[in-house]
Amino acid sequence: MKADIRVALVGNPNTGKSTLFNTLTGLNQKIGNFPGVTVDKKTGYSQLPDGRTAEIIDLPGTYSLYPKSKDESIVFSVLADKSNPHRPDLVVVIIDATNLKRNLLLYTQVADLKIPVIVALNMMDMSKKAGITIDIDLFAKKLGVPVVPISARKVEGIDKLKSVISFANKIALQEPSIDVNAIAPQLINQISEELKLDNPYYALQLAHQHETIKFISPAESDRIEELEKEFSFHSQKAQATETIARYNFINDLLYDTVKVPETAKDETLSNKIDKVLTHKVFGFIIFLAVLLFMFQSIFSWSAYPMELIADLFVWVQNSLHHILPAGPLTGLLVDGVIGGLSGVMVFIPQIAILFAFISILEDTGYMSRVTFMMDKLMRKVGLNGKSVVPLIGGFACAVPSIMSTRTIENWKSRMITIMVTPLVTCSARLPIYVLLIGLVVPNRNVWWLFNLQGLALTGMYIFSLISAIIVAFVFKLILKSRERGYFIMELPVYRMPRWNNVAYSMYDRAKTFVFQAGKVIIAVSVILWVLASYGPGDRFAKIEQKYKQPQYSKQLSPDELSKAIGSEKLENSYAGVLGHVIEPVIKPLGFDWKIGIALITSFAAREVFVGTMATIYSVDGNAEKIESVQKKMGSAKNPETGQPVFSLAVAFSLMIFYAFAMQCASTVAVVYRETKNWRWPAVQFAYMTVLAYAASFVAYHLLK
Amino acid sequence: MTLSELEPGEFGIVKEFTDLEMSVKLMEMGCLPGEPVTVSRRAPLGDPIAIQVSGYQLSLRKFEASTIILQ
Repeated sequence: MKADIRVALVGNPNTGKSTLFNTLTGLNQKIGNFPGVTVDKKTGYSQLPDGRTAEIIDLPGTYSLYPKSKDESIVFSVLADKSNPHRPDLVVVIIDATNLKRNLLLYTQVADLKIPVIVALNMMDMSKKAGITIDIDLFAKKLGVPVVPISARKVEGIDKLKSVISFANKIALQEPSIDVNAIAPQLINQISEELKLDNPYYALQLAHQHETIKFISPAESDRIEELEKEFSFHSQKAQATETIARYNFINDLLYDTVKVPETAKDETLSNKIDKVLTHKVFGFIIFLAVLLFMFQSIFSWSAYPMELIADLFVWVQNSLHHILPAGPLTGLLVDGVIGGLSGVMVFIPQIAILFAFISILEDTGYMSRVTFMMDKLMRKVGLNGKSVVPLIGGFACAVPSIMSTRTIENWKSRMITIMVTPLVTCSARLPIYVLLIGLVVPNRNVWWLFNLQGLALTGMYIFSLISAIIVAFVFKLILKSRERGYFIMELPVYRMPRWNNVAYSMYDRAKTFVFQAGKVIIAVSVILWVLASYGPGDRFAKIEQKYKQPQYSKQLSPDELSKAIGSEKLENSYAGVLGHVIEPVIKPLGFDWKIGIALITSFAAREVFVGTMATIYSVDGNAEKIESVQKKMGSAKNPETGQPVFSLAVAFSLMIFYAFAMQCASTVAVVYRETKNWRWPAVQFAYMTVLAYAASFVAYHLLK
Repeated sequence: MTLSELEPGEFGIVKEFTDLEMSVKLMEMGCLPGEPVTVSRRAPLGDPIAIQVSGYQLSLRKFEASTIILQ
């Protein structure tokens, strides 16, 4: 779509900026990248009343143009880079009308860059309720820009805002706020002269940010550095001077335009809620209850739609096998590509439900209270209060949980959270644990009420949490902080969640997952399909011939025959050959080549383990039934020793391997997508594999 | 005295800061010299704390609060 005018949305966090963005663009939005940085770029299109189309860019929420995080640093670059063809023609600054003073700081900074500006005064309904009176006409006159009162939540004033956007001037008409030149007169003059700049505030911003911004040349940056030394410019002192001057200007501005009553009503209500929700005892109990409910819902609500999606794909695969002629191409399409696609799609319900919860928790303001309560505990292991939600979500699935770490502003805490989340026992490990525990742990009660098998399973869950915490602590020691750890954070007033935003966030995350992580998952499953369906040389042909001989075809039923062929083919496939190749490596862990095949195939997804075991032991009857797989595996004997293959030591060694190893292509893909660097998934894969090997080795030799 | 020494419910006026880097961030958030601040509550584990400043609620760690000197 071609846009006639480009509009950037700028504002503090918690001002309803994304609600306004969603209201303006509807589903007509996409997420891309800002060139060269790992920040998501949200753009969308909006139809203006005069028939023209506006491209809307949603910039990350920030309190000032001086960035405190990577996300925030993009704001100045987008607004100031004159060489960028996507530079906005117009900036809409969203201001929370219940907190004008702090919100106006960012406005004055943006206005001083001399880009045409419109002010959208959001949350007018809340502001009126709180008894705040604003003389909007006088306010607009003093600023010299159009001021549009809106309520993005209630969709009030949006049409007016659109028409003001369509009438917006091409020239910046705003009144200057502070005397920028007074902050560093000689430096600003010199930079303006040498770089031929006409805006003193732009020159000052370059002085502050020249080391990190990408749109000036290294030579220019070096020259600015020289000039700073010459005029002994101190960045932080200058920022402090500027901020104080801006607040003086804002106080003058608000003096005769805005009347705020002594205490706002909403605050006291918020305080009452806080007394309960952040209470020493109830606070934790409520939080635990919220988590339990969330965890339960992700498990139980997603079960039905996941089954439906899986069944649908099985149906599609079966029908295609009937329609299409048998052959390698059909196999590749139906079992490789569509099989891979099904592996992507089944995650959608879990992702959507987790993000619905997260969006509600954030929208209501509860998330920042969770952070507030948990910060001290989590800080000890290098995490952050906000790491709690992804870690707990990891019990369901690491994929949506890793996507949810974006709420963690601190880079180091976020990386540690991403690195340890896959250690938490996800739902895909459950069938493996159930299978193996059922095989080796006796089903009886100890101490009257505890079932031994249940205890073993609970043990695996607790074990995973403890290992995640220990690994987090190790990463805390290894990783270097990029930024000083701040915890200066707004605790927004409690509000009702916006169901629209919840729906957008579910849609958005599911879409991002399917399109970005989906590619990698499909690729991996195609590779694995090829490895499992083809073998070196003429081995497959020989198997086919062997089973055509009468002693097989007469004695076995067609069903048994195809199972026997399938099992022998898998052994002779590339995956089977690989299983034999890695056998010496995994032997110290107690694994044979058959388990080796399962380890290789379950790289795509852990749950493949059960299916692979079913094929290898060519289970009679329904392969889906865990009991029949279990029976076959239980009766399997080691040909050398005559002992059962799955002893207590082997089963626990295998479970511990699955507890640590990164056997999930989706997680690898999503870690890459979130960090935008292959190094992180590589490091994660390496440390988890080493840990898995070492822990399994120890477990096997202790239990043997 | 510093902000970290106030008990919940107590009130003070910001005088100055001991840490320049932190002060820049705090001032941007509306916590400026001359501004009244009230400690609303402590987190259940005693740290961080929540303060009321410039018309909204801000949470910060005790260490960060100790860089704010009150009048």
